Amino acid sequence: MPKAKVTFQDIAVSVTVPAGTRLIEVSEKVGAGITYGCREGECCTCLTKVVSGGENLAAPSVLEDQVLKDNMAPRGHRLACQAQIIGGEIVVRPA
Amino acid sequence: MPAAGLTDRAVEIAPGVHWVGALDPHLRNFDIILKTANGTSYNSYVVRGETGVAIVDTVKEEFADTFFARLESVARYDEISVIVLNHLEPDHSGALPELLKRAPQARVYLSSRAQMMLKALLKPTGEKAPEYIPVTTDDEVDLGGRTLRFLHTPYLHWPDTQCTYLVEDGLLFSGDVFGCHFCDARLFNDMAGDFRFSFEYYYAHIMRPFREYVLDAIALIEPLAINLIAPAHGPILRHAPRDYVHRYRELATPRLFNEARSEKTLVVFYISAYGNTRRMAEALAAGAERIAGVRVSLYDLEGGESGIFTDLIEEADGLAFGSPTINADAVKPIWDVLSSLTTVNVKGKLGAAFGSYGWSGEAVRLIEDRLRGLKLRVPVDGLRIKLVPDNGELDECRQLGESLARHLTGQMENREIDMAALA
Repeated sequence: MPKAKVTFQDIAVSVTVPAGTRLIEVSEKVGAGITYGCREGECCTCLTKVVSGGENLAAPSVLEDQVLKDNMAPRGHRLACQAQIIGGEIVVRPA
Repeated sequence: MPAAGLTDRAVEIAPGVHWVGALDPHLRNFDIILKTANGTSYNSYVVRGETGVAIVDTVKEEFADTFFARLESVARYDEISVIVLNHLEPDHSGALPELLKRAPQARVYLSSRAQMMLKALLKPTGEKAPEYIPVTTDDEVDLGGRTLRFLHTPYLHWPDTQCTYLVEDGLLFSGDVFGCHFCDARLFNDMAGDFRFSFEYYYAHIMRPFREYVLDAIALIEPLAINLIAPAHGPILRHAPRDYVHRYRELATPRLFNEARSEKTLVVFYISAYGNTRRMAEALAAGAERIAGVRVSLYDLEGGESGIFTDLIEEADGLAFGSPTINADAVKPIWDVLSSLTTVNVKGKLGAAFGSYGWSGEAVRLIEDRLRGLKLRVPVDGLRIKLVPDNGELDECRQLGESLARHLTGQMENREIDMAALA
């Protein structure tokens, strides 16, 4: 299975993950500072800054796009409960 | 002027501005978490301009009839051009679906974050959401000779909250900010009973978890010329309104000077039956103090009360909790503290757990789960030690403290792990 590497900058942890993993699945396990509310892509609590490697995340769904827009999320931000890792290297930190 | 509770008519609070809210004197418990010894009020307002009429917030659904009766005493539904929603919690939006039916031409002004809530609120009615305009700071609506200007004040106390300023009159519709659960038909602060306790109690339970946002809002509000503050609950503040703004700033500011403010602070709480978890706590604290820029405080939970500890927790950058395991659980004083944190913001603080155990040692994992549930980051695995820690194990405690201190000061070395190795 293709692998990817995601680094949580706030806790200085890099995790090798299988492609297809969502950020939420790994950030919770390593104790990163990204926090969650609804976990369904609606509340925007898990807004995450993608420091680099944004192209290695699957494009946001219509729902995620709308929620990011509604909440005036700056460019380069994603919802960790929605963002799916597709490969390569990604660096993130809590927004 | 008649007391509002004795009549179904609106009460003028400024020329062309009326209170059309409702009194709920018998409520004794609000939203489960707040005691309301003499009830509350749901304040709603009508602003009349030369070309339009605005409604600012509504009331709890069961008081809709009173609201509409008061509203009808000062405005016709077909005159309503603007509905401002400063906050969509049901105690302020309960009469909204019916108001939208009666005044379908009105345009709704709300904060960006209120949009999804509006749709969710209207879901049961099956009605299509009305025309709504998301607004932010400095956006304005002209009512003809009168201007409503919006202030983006999120998290006071929901993501959607905003304040609305009536520019020409220096009148601030503040939503829940500066409000309190105090029901008094005399309506105004210079006529009502002594509501100071209720004002501070309301702040402590509703606003305190969001004090950074309170300070942001106060920064927007302080420069305004304010003649009157019309909150969504409790007395209308027409006498010395600025005093209440000032009091909010005081309440949102830590009381004593923080001697450690140039450093990161780690507070270690513990409770110990035979002194083993205490020894772990002391070693952890000693380890953390090895790292420059970290100030450590050590507290035995047996020697204090959760209210005071809540204050400490609010101020701390990092928190470590030590508990023995008794009957497969952490002990009650730990849970007392960890269940008392809804009034402060702990999101993003560093958290850790440790403890000595005799048989099974579940306490540490249970505390870690709770800390994660409270939205702390828990990047360092907790430490469980069977019964009496020996020198090597005390050294592990010191290393845990050192590791926490490195996290607090941003000195941790990057770790590489495989997801498969994570539990």
